[in-house]
Amino acid sequence: MSESGDVWSESDTTPAAISDALRELLKQRHAEAEAVVPARVLNLVVIVDREWRGEIQNRLDKVGSYHASRTILCSVEEGRTTIDGWASMTAEEDVSEGELAVAHEQVVVDIGPRHLESLDTIIDPLIVSDLATLVWAPHGHREGVDACSRLAQIVLFDSVDVDDPVAAVERSRKLAESHYVVDLAWLRSTPWRERVASTFDPHQWRGELQSITSVAARHQSESAIAGLLLFGWLSSRLGWKPGRVTAHGGAMRGSATAHRQEIKLSLEPDETMTTPGLAGITIETASGLSISLDRGPGGLTARRRTRDGSEHEWTVTGASRGESGILGEGIRQALLRDHTYAPALGAAGEMVA
Amino acid sequence: MATEAGHEVKDEANPLADGLERQPIHPTTLTIFGATGDLSKRKLLPALYNLAHEGALPERFNLIGSSRSELSDDDFRELAQESIREYSRREPDDKVMDALLANVRYVSGAFDEDDVYEQLKEATAAFDEDADVVFNRVFYLSTAPSFFPVIVGQLGEHGLGHHDDSDVRVVIEKPIGTNLAEAKELNQAVLNVLDEDQVFRIDHYLGKETVQNMLAFRFANGLFEPIWNRNYIDNVQITSAEDIGIGSRAGYYDTSGALRDLVQNHMLQLLCLLCMEPPVNFYADEVRDEKVKVLHAIHPPKPEEVADMTVRAQYTADAVAGEEVKGYKDEEDVPDDSTTETYAALRLEVDNWRWAGVPIYLRTGKRLARKVTEIAVTLKPVPHLAFREEGSVGVQPNQIILTMQPNEGVSITLGAKIPGSRMRIRPVNMEFLYGTAFMSESPEAYERLITDFMRGDATLFTRDDEVEAQWAICDPILEAWEADDAPVHEYPAGSDGPDEADGLLRSGEHWRAI
Repeated sequence: MSESGDVWSESDTTPAAISDALRELLKQRHAEAEAVVPARVLNLVVIVDREWRGEIQNRLDKVGSYHASRTILCSVEEGRTTIDGWASMTAEEDVSEGELAVAHEQVVVDIGPRHLESLDTIIDPLIVSDLATLVWAPHGHREGVDACSRLAQIVLFDSVDVDDPVAAVERSRKLAESHYVVDLAWLRSTPWRERVASTFDPHQWRGELQSITSVAARHQSESAIAGLLLFGWLSSRLGWKPGRVTAHGGAMRGSATAHRQEIKLSLEPDETMTTPGLAGITIETASGLSISLDRGPGGLTARRRTRDGSEHEWTVTGASRGESGILGEGIRQALLRDHTYAPALGAAGEMVA
Repeated sequence: MATEAGHEVKDEANPLADGLERQPIHPTTLTIFGATGDLSKRKLLPALYNLAHEGALPERFNLIGSSRSELSDDDFRELAQESIREYSRREPDDKVMDALLANVRYVSGAFDEDDVYEQLKEATAAFDEDADVVFNRVFYLSTAPSFFPVIVGQLGEHGLGHHDDSDVRVVIEKPIGTNLAEAKELNQAVLNVLDEDQVFRIDHYLGKETVQNMLAFRFANGLFEPIWNRNYIDNVQITSAEDIGIGSRAGYYDTSGALRDLVQNHMLQLLCLLCMEPPVNFYADEVRDEKVKVLHAIHPPKPEEVADMTVRAQYTADAVAGEEVKGYKDEEDVPDDSTTETYAALRLEVDNWRWAGVPIYLRTGKRLARKVTEIAVTLKPVPHLAFREEGSVGVQPNQIILTMQPNEGVSITLGAKIPGSRMRIRPVNMEFLYGTAFMSESPEAYERLITDFMRGDATLFTRDDEVEAQWAICDPILEAWEADDAPVHEYPAGSDGPDEADGLLRSGEHWRAI
């Protein structure tokens, strides 16, 4: 669908001037086409390094239908002392007569590091009141996130971006004290969690959940946290007592304790995998059942082996969402509440404490 | 697996399912009868692909197609691929499509041939054996209605109607009969073989997000419920207007007409959702019980009342969107002496404590001024008109408009002071537009309904007594119309309908402009 839009920009400007410009853009667009109405769902505040701004804008452009209604990109440039503003309003162009053209607003604010401490005072006039506000700082900028704390109810965070799993868990826990946290690493594991839940859903396999003896997760080399969150999820859902998971060379190993048995846990990096997230899972039970899920063509390749040696293989269909799809899902999840993340994070935290 | 009130009752809940947005669905083998037909190609196969793309199909899923066409498994796979490429709402991913269709099977033959069902039995059993899992069986009857009893009867004859270790479900497309007697006969034929909780009568209209949103609007907002009754509501108008004609559907449409095509199902469903009492919960039977109560409270017109309570009409040639269009009788394949209505308007009342005395007007038609589906609830006027001022339209009763298409949303008309030194009032609109408040695109109705019937959730499907209660309202009207007890009026294409429809309204009332 093609889009058209009006643009405003000003150097050495103020948040109030940008806010006025947004109002004026809306009036102009509405005067040009009455069908244009602004989306009113979510404010997204993104804090980025100036030099990587293009890459993040590119990711935001590809989130598909999950655009925030107003995106405020705060681009932090070393040495900058003034604020430059740019605002645009785009709306679908080729809508049928009688239908709506939903408009999305984008604001880019060029700021310097000195502005981060009081970023809330810059953002406040720019967000749409009464809408949920999500803040995302893919390049760190904790100072800016903390400053926006009073305005944002939700923080988008990717625990994979934090080098050390211990620090990742700690950062997420800290954020969760004051915000609802949407963790992209958690969202990447959603299809895996859904499939594990489905695999054990038929009655004939449901009982096996109580006799799991080992779980092995394979992950992209920098995504150990994704595996830990999966272990944390299993622990919290199945009532396991988390034990220590420690580094063994490039891998991590540990255990958890269930009512009747100990569960061996292992995380193995998959060096062939280039995108963040999980590469595969194998779950074994005391009865000799082994279930594996691995990335494959057209979805996940599932393999089931039973004690008698019989093996079955099938494909669980599903297309890869790609990193833009994950980001879009993260924005969408800002409007929902997943009560299983915090317990999973808590259990993962105990494993690496 | 046991089901109760349309939802699965499990001996022990799956602890891993808690909190997941997509709940697990039991492995399923879906058989589509009429698999090479239009509905299958345009809607069902693309919907299945999109569910596969999103990872929303059951963890294990098999597809079997069946129809009279002589095709091999590979031929059917090719047909499915072509249909998906042509009609899918998203560009298909070849790898996902290959995975979806890898094990597809096709059974050819007439629907009354025993061999078809023996082959289906073998194919479904083979899927179970290969996977070492007993799949649920779903049979989707995407065929002409005359085959419904034939297919269901054959499923019963060949032991495919029930299975000791899995759920068997049958999905039936509308229309369920063309009158009450036929609907009862079909329901009886189906229920001779199946239990009601195995039967999913699909009306894709109920799968639309905005129709479901009516339940949220009514029961998630304390704002409206206190006024949702005869003390505050003056009248209701439900409109489902189309600007297009019958196209190439004369064969179907001329035997059906507007009342059967839209009023008997979609519009009465909207009326039910508008008028029903809050259900105890949102399980299938609780919701459907409440809808049936509404239908039972509607007094069907007696033969002598039909002319006063209904209007039927046909469109005549005129201009639509600046283009001359044909009248109904000039459309291809429409008989010159056709009395089939392309427009129907009704005045009904729901005779219960909440709604007694509130007229509910329904109207639907082809070739009307524009495409719109909406419910307009007009409140009673304020008791004391203190703002009688010259030079303004004055105080109008408030209206709450629920729009299903094209701009999904809710608007409320309020009286507001016109700026100036005098107290002049005019109505203004307060609008909530669905499309501006959510980022998600509404899923295709069929995608939602397919996952629902595979999950065994019948909330959005029509129960036998519901269908029969709908026909009980429409039957006397159809009988009177067929006996020519009511005239067939005319309306120009592109208009708001026939002038005679005004005669259904009470003094001082007007139809909302389409």
